[in-house]
Amino acid sequence: MIKARVTVTLKNGVLDPQGKAIEGALGALGFSGVGSVRQGKVFDLELEGSDRARAESDLNAMCEKLLANTVIEDYTISVT
Amino acid sequence: MKSAIIQLPGLNRDRDMIAALTKISGKAPITVWQTETELPDVDLVVIPGGFSYGDYLRCGAIAARMPVMQAVAEKARKGVLVMGVCNGFQVLLEMGLLPGALMRNASLKFVCREVKLEVTNANTPFTRGYQQGEIIRCPVAHHDGNYFADAETLKRIEGEGQVAFRYAEGTNPNGSVNDIAGIVSDSGNVLGMMPHPENLIEAAHGGDDGRALFAGVLGKAA
Repeated sequence: MIKARVTVTLKNGVLDPQGKAIEGALGALGFSGVGSVRQGKVFDLELEGSDRARAESDLNAMCEKLLANTVIEDYTISVT
Repeated sequence: MKSAIIQLPGLNRDRDMIAALTKISGKAPITVWQTETELPDVDLVVIPGGFSYGDYLRCGAIAARMPVMQAVAEKARKGVLVMGVCNGFQVLLEMGLLPGALMRNASLKFVCREVKLEVTNANTPFTRGYQQGEIIRCPVAHHDGNYFADAETLKRIEGEGQVAFRYAEGTNPNGSVNDIAGIVSDSGNVLGMMPHPENLIEAAHGGDDGRALFAGVLGKAA
């Protein structure tokens, strides 16, 4: 069994209204000095087998085809 | 003119769209469930609005991967007219049949109101019932209608006349770049738009500004 974590974030230059709202709320809670907040998504996956190279290639395809919208989002894959 | 309408779990504007197509064309559209792998021989395929798959992952993302959408893409490639409204627009973008993406409204609020649209390009199969530059009324109801495309894509679609509708007179409800409300594919036979023309087609709706869109597509006088 291979465990992997995929993190999907908005590309630089894409406005993130939700991140902005979170940033404002942190300020309202008294956390000063928060320069910027960008929100994203995390996916934890369990893959059958033990072939890490194959897992990474599958995960890459999963990101390209479904997990991320590459028009607006970037992704990173971490296999543990 | 024969039409088909795609149905998926979570869509809730399909009945409005069926009513509009039936009233204006005189013929009910064929309903097609998401698991079908072939579409009937039609001139127009419509993906209606709603919240397919509860907007999970991203609006329209799961719907875009359902089997029927490969058949929709095949129709689009063959030049058949394909139209997506609201969630349907989100699905067409997720399928890659149209450029760009729709993001959370800049206000972060669900907007449900009437806006004004400018017919930016009346020379498409979907807008030929209108005059170029005509301002029409149209309802919107969405949470994720904030159209985004990178600078290069934007330049291309603006230059090629792919912007079919723009929010007019300061009525942009969602922060869409360049006030874009609806776009067509480079081949012109695929339209995606956030507003709901099917909800303004007769006096009982309080107006019929949306009627000319369907009449134009269906090749009938409004």
